[in-house]
Amino acid sequence: MGRRTPLFDLHQQLGARIVDFGGWDMPVQYSSQIGEHHAVRRAAGVFDVSHMCAVDLKGARVRQFLQHLLANDVAKLKIPGKALYSCMLNEAGGVLDDLIVYFLNESWFRLVVNAGTRDKDLAWIRRIGQQFAVEATERVDLAILAVQGPEARAKVAGVMSTTAATAAMGLGPFFGREIDDWFVARTGYTGEDGFEVMLPASAAVRVWRELNAAGVASCGLGARDTLRLEAGMNLYGNDMDESTHPFESGLAWTVAMQPAERRFIGREALEKVLADTAAPHRQLVGLVLEDRGVLRSHQKVLVPEGRAERAAGAGGEITSGTFSPTLERSIAFARIPAGAPQQVQVDIRGKLLNARVVKPPFVRFGKPMI
Amino acid sequence: MSNVPPDLQYTKTHEWVRTLPDGTVEIGITDHAQHALGDLVFVEVPEGGRTVALGEPCAVVESVKAASDVYSPVAGEITLGNPLLAAEPEAVNNDPYGKGWLMRLRPTKGAASAELMAADDYRKLLQAEGG
Repeated sequence: MGRRTPLFDLHQQLGARIVDFGGWDMPVQYSSQIGEHHAVRRAAGVFDVSHMCAVDLKGARVRQFLQHLLANDVAKLKIPGKALYSCMLNEAGGVLDDLIVYFLNESWFRLVVNAGTRDKDLAWIRRIGQQFAVEATERVDLAILAVQGPEARAKVAGVMSTTAATAAMGLGPFFGREIDDWFVARTGYTGEDGFEVMLPASAAVRVWRELNAAGVASCGLGARDTLRLEAGMNLYGNDMDESTHPFESGLAWTVAMQPAERRFIGREALEKVLADTAAPHRQLVGLVLEDRGVLRSHQKVLVPEGRAERAAGAGGEITSGTFSPTLERSIAFARIPAGAPQQVQVDIRGKLLNARVVKPPFVRFGKPMI
Repeated sequence: MSNVPPDLQYTKTHEWVRTLPDGTVEIGITDHAQHALGDLVFVEVPEGGRTVALGEPCAVVESVKAASDVYSPVAGEITLGNPLLAAEPEAVNNDPYGKGWLMRLRPTKGAASAELMAADDYRKLLQAEGG
């Protein structure tokens, strides 16, 4: 038996199929994965993401600590409530995890880290945090619901008190705030508008049922995966891990190399990567399959004869692949040599199928982008 | 509870086999199997004329989540792969014993076939597996 969230019994009552996800017993789907996907693109769906870990960081030097710990720069967080997406790197520039950091006040920031890496992350954060006298507290008392879709914010507001709803509806994109005993953030992992709500574990079942009653569909991790891939968002462990750095993971935009004097962990390794222009570079790209079939992680990508292939000595590999319910064709992320042409081939069970290189996202706010 | 028609034979790997009047057999995956896989989005069926061995993977059914092989429960020569499934893979979900059949084959005379079960035995297997 794996670890269970406060909503586990409810998932079973709702007929969910339960799978192991990073050591957690989680719902992968309730009825139809494609139906759940469309519910989020067209109306609203709710996901249990309580397996992810909220970590409160407190201390007088917490901002300074995060400027050392994270590849993105929390100096960008000037207004309380503002959130930032960042990688946490090791000294070699490899990605330990990707996370969201919220600025609450000068002595209190909150991180939300992945389920599969939470124990490793906490040990790392506490070890580095000692040097800054920062205390890290795992908020195991909280459940986390992601309510996503064009109607999601209004549906959440509908289960709140009038004053709380007004506060929540006033949140700008990528802002969060405490509202009574909830923490509500206008963030997500689907490419749609919505809220991620952290609330006392004891209230989670009641709120989930109220959302269901308001027409919000229960959605599993299966739909979450197709939604995030369509939205062009990376999945830790698939698209990047400790053996890859952000520049070859489509995450250069999350690394703040300026100001040059900010000595964050992994910086020296990344500077070497940037300086070594002769070395073969790889990049994470989007692929759309032009033939019939389904792209899956670890399938080989063949790059046509040319400069890029010779430089890298090989083609590449799919890191995440699926069938896109919105586009009704298969899409993927692949790590391939930088400068590869726009047409590649993918080896699917020995057959070479044609795929086109595209720039993610594939879908944003319900609309095809490719 | 899964639908298990009484007039078909079944394998442990959740294929069904229907013997047609001309001696060929029709093969598909069971209601239990389609439900376990979830929404199918791509089905690859073998082409007519291909010879398949007992237990050989000869079709692929892919849901959003994963690809699964389908094993031939009988040795023989494929007479037809279901042409409908290229455009309508969801027929396997909606009608696994009817429009969602995968392939037809002519069994090799005297060749071994998988241990095929009657419907009652397959139903017991599903109960034992908790399905």
